[in-house]
Amino acid sequence: MTRILTHLERLEAEAIHIMREVMAEAQKPVMMYSVGKDSAVLLHLAKKAFYPSPPPFPLLHVDTTWKFKDMYALREKAAQDAGMELIIHQNAEAKERGINPFDHGPLHTDMWKTEGLKQALDLYSFDVAFGGARRDEEKSRAKERVFSFRTASHGWDPKNQRPELWNLYNAKKSKGESIRVFPISNWTELDIWQYIMAENIEIVPLYFAAPRPTYIHEGGLFMADDPERLEQVIGTKPDITTRSVRFRTLGCFPLTGAVESNASTLSEVVQEMLLTTTSERQGRVIDKDEGGAGMEKKKQEGYF
Amino acid sequence: MTEKTGQASSYKTEALISDDIETYLAQHQNKELLRFITCGSVDDGKSTLIGRLLFDSKMIFEDQLAALEADSKKSGTQGQEIDFALLVDGLAAEREQGITIDVAYRFFATEKRKFIVADTPGHEQYTRNMVTGASTADAAVILVDARKGILVQTRRHSYLAHLLGIKNLILAVNKMDLIDFSQEIFDNIVEDYRKFANGIGIESFTAIPISGFRGDNITEAPSANTPWYDGPALIAHLENIPIAATAAQEKSFRMPVQWVNRPNLDFRGFSGLVSRGTIKPGDPVRIVPSGKSSAVKNIVTMDGMLDEAVAGQSITITLEDEVDCSRGDVIATAGDPPEVSDQFESTIVWMSDEALKPGRGYWLKLATQTVSATVHEPKYEINVNTMEHLAAKTLELNAIGVAEVHTDKPIVFEAYSESPELGGFILVDKITNATVAAGMLHFSLRRADNVHWQPTTIAREDHAFLKNQTPRVLWFTGLSGSGKSTIANEVEKSLNLMNRHTFLLDGDNVRHGLNKDLGFTEADRIENIRRVGEVAKLMTDAGLIVLTAFISPFRAERQMVREMLPDAEFIEIFVDTPLEVAEERDVKGLYKKARSGKLKNFTGIDSPYESPENPEIRVNTVEMTPAEAAEYIVHQIMPLK
Repeated sequence: MTRILTHLERLEAEAIHIMREVMAEAQKPVMMYSVGKDSAVLLHLAKKAFYPSPPPFPLLHVDTTWKFKDMYALREKAAQDAGMELIIHQNAEAKERGINPFDHGPLHTDMWKTEGLKQALDLYSFDVAFGGARRDEEKSRAKERVFSFRTASHGWDPKNQRPELWNLYNAKKSKGESIRVFPISNWTELDIWQYIMAENIEIVPLYFAAPRPTYIHEGGLFMADDPERLEQVIGTKPDITTRSVRFRTLGCFPLTGAVESNASTLSEVVQEMLLTTTSERQGRVIDKDEGGAGMEKKKQEGYF
Repeated sequence: MTEKTGQASSYKTEALISDDIETYLAQHQNKELLRFITCGSVDDGKSTLIGRLLFDSKMIFEDQLAALEADSKKSGTQGQEIDFALLVDGLAAEREQGITIDVAYRFFATEKRKFIVADTPGHEQYTRNMVTGASTADAAVILVDARKGILVQTRRHSYLAHLLGIKNLILAVNKMDLIDFSQEIFDNIVEDYRKFANGIGIESFTAIPISGFRGDNITEAPSANTPWYDGPALIAHLENIPIAATAAQEKSFRMPVQWVNRPNLDFRGFSGLVSRGTIKPGDPVRIVPSGKSSAVKNIVTMDGMLDEAVAGQSITITLEDEVDCSRGDVIATAGDPPEVSDQFESTIVWMSDEALKPGRGYWLKLATQTVSATVHEPKYEINVNTMEHLAAKTLELNAIGVAEVHTDKPIVFEAYSESPELGGFILVDKITNATVAAGMLHFSLRRADNVHWQPTTIAREDHAFLKNQTPRVLWFTGLSGSGKSTIANEVEKSLNLMNRHTFLLDGDNVRHGLNKDLGFTEADRIENIRRVGEVAKLMTDAGLIVLTAFISPFRAERQMVREMLPDAEFIEIFVDTPLEVAEERDVKGLYKKARSGKLKNFTGIDSPYESPENPEIRVNTVEMTPAEAAEYIVHQIMPLK
């Protein structure tokens, strides 16, 4: 009698296998934790992979100080529930120079996220960092390996990637090199949602529609999560209107476009996702820089 | 896509999604997962086909489509049409040069399955990328341009897919729209391909006439343009291909241990991915290579204890006993554990700019084992375009060859054809840490180079003395059906009645155990005899009279066994039966199979039998009954001491 495993069971088994390989071969791994839905799935998989032990590595949140309040709340709770240490890193230079998404554009992502991540990895000498990137997100991601090597300066060389055969991962690294490991590479956005439903995983409420204070900025719809701070940075008081909105991805609140929606349950969110005609990164400003190769270029510079 | 023909239906039932999302989700929560690879070059329309699959399954969104339309005008190769290749070629260099360099993984789903597509480049300089994509695939879609037919690259792609053990090959004859959907051209291409495929050992394939550009026979078949086609549409076929992980459940249990889970002193769990078989609490298991045995206590997961786990699941198990077990060990069915060896014959695909250095130490990773290994000078390199064997001193980038691999300590393995999880390995350069090669183990080799003799006090004479006999090997040779086993059995019965200590090694029986990894190629037959010779020698060392019943068709191997033994202990008995008589008897029905081509390398039919020139004893089974032949033989070997 054979039992046919479902696609979610096989994706789960693959992700767990990858995490255990890292645990067996890395010296000091860390899990990147952005508090988004992909991170939530990644954290859940880590709990399963090492049960009954707690996941044997810390969580790292590279903070920009511009995340949604709801994200900060869930961050603390999730780490505590998993019995894991939570490391929060903010780029001191970015903080001191007051780098923000309005005055500094792409520099905001570069300083807070790219540089912040590099600093944190160097500071704690982590040699392997788990990330929740998926190959269906963006076209250069589709060609990235599960084990993605970064030079000592954290650069990615797409033309010099190691071949990955069967389920054999080569985790040998030279001094100074680090590895970004993506256990959910083969998951799609729909797989993530289906898994969240099946496993009853807690996610930030911002994924569900609710009446929220919103404003329009340069043609995009955003949420005024912290109106006073927005006013300080923009110089004028944003024109706030309450709309029923939700988010398909979560990042810095001034950079993450909201969608008008009434989907307030998981099923309704998935329903909207299946019927939508735009991709999930559509609301993200970051991908649109540098023409079509925006993400590839950022990754070469060390972006996650 | 203004050109949409209308028959390519959406894979998402939109009405159900909007009207009854709960029902839709319930249906879609439990899909199967199939991985396949697409092979072909840009000219074959591979990227267009994948773009089509993604588009038809609504995996391309409007914003991506808008970007694609803009890109198509800028650097597309399809004129004013949308160039789907731009969507799948993800790296800037690929888009600029209009070629696929690296493996890209794409995803789409139908009502029944989720698909992971490894989209691999077609040029010869990217052989390593194709091999990478093929290593995890259940199926391969091999694209052919209907205008061009079977090309060198078609043969290369098919050979590589076959080499990596992909059982389900799909010959997608693309661009049918450009040859007016001609059945004649399609049939000719399929016939050409069949001849080639049979020649390299591909047992079956499915040919589908398609147009990736227009959508013919992608989701529905036959398309209006190919009323003559009576096979499945590409998607329907992909939905019904057997999944390797499911089939692997039927085999004996194997779980390479990845990590030992020790949260506290009371818990010691072994974590790993089940590569084959099924396991239940209470099942007896053996830890390999140590050979220690125990039984499964529990299968532990965060969702509770499991009653059973199957191939493809990542689990943690606890054992009944405190046995030594760590990363690299394999937990296996107690009665059928995998082999352990340190010398192998292997096919190697070289993947580095720096060529193989025979004799240099590389890291070899197989399952969860990492050891130091050396590769010998290749026996030959395979020309991936013509399948010819070429002499080679080394292997350059993208070269494929057969060579011996030696590891510095024994590893647990199985033949790749039997179990890719325990037969596939990678080689890692110890200086650069780059993955330089992938390999597939075929079988273990035995070499005495580093093995020394351990002296024992009781010698072979002492064993023989106690048994009151002179040890001998009675080596029966002759055609299949000549009567070797029957006569040998009669002889053993007689000797047993005389209180002699005997043992009968029978060809068929040995192939169930000792030699079950061997086939019937010339090389395997040689190895078969070599092993039997060694076993017979050990038994004569123990003082036994050994009877062996093997076709043993080659003089050289019979001579080899003769030379292993002291003078006069090897007695060659030629069971002389003409081919016509043996074939007439055909006790096992093997001659019939061989004549009809169902059985290859059959002695006397398509593999030679070299008669002994000076056998010690010859019996003619046309003139003698088996009992008479046995009596004659016993008489000839007297006295027994």
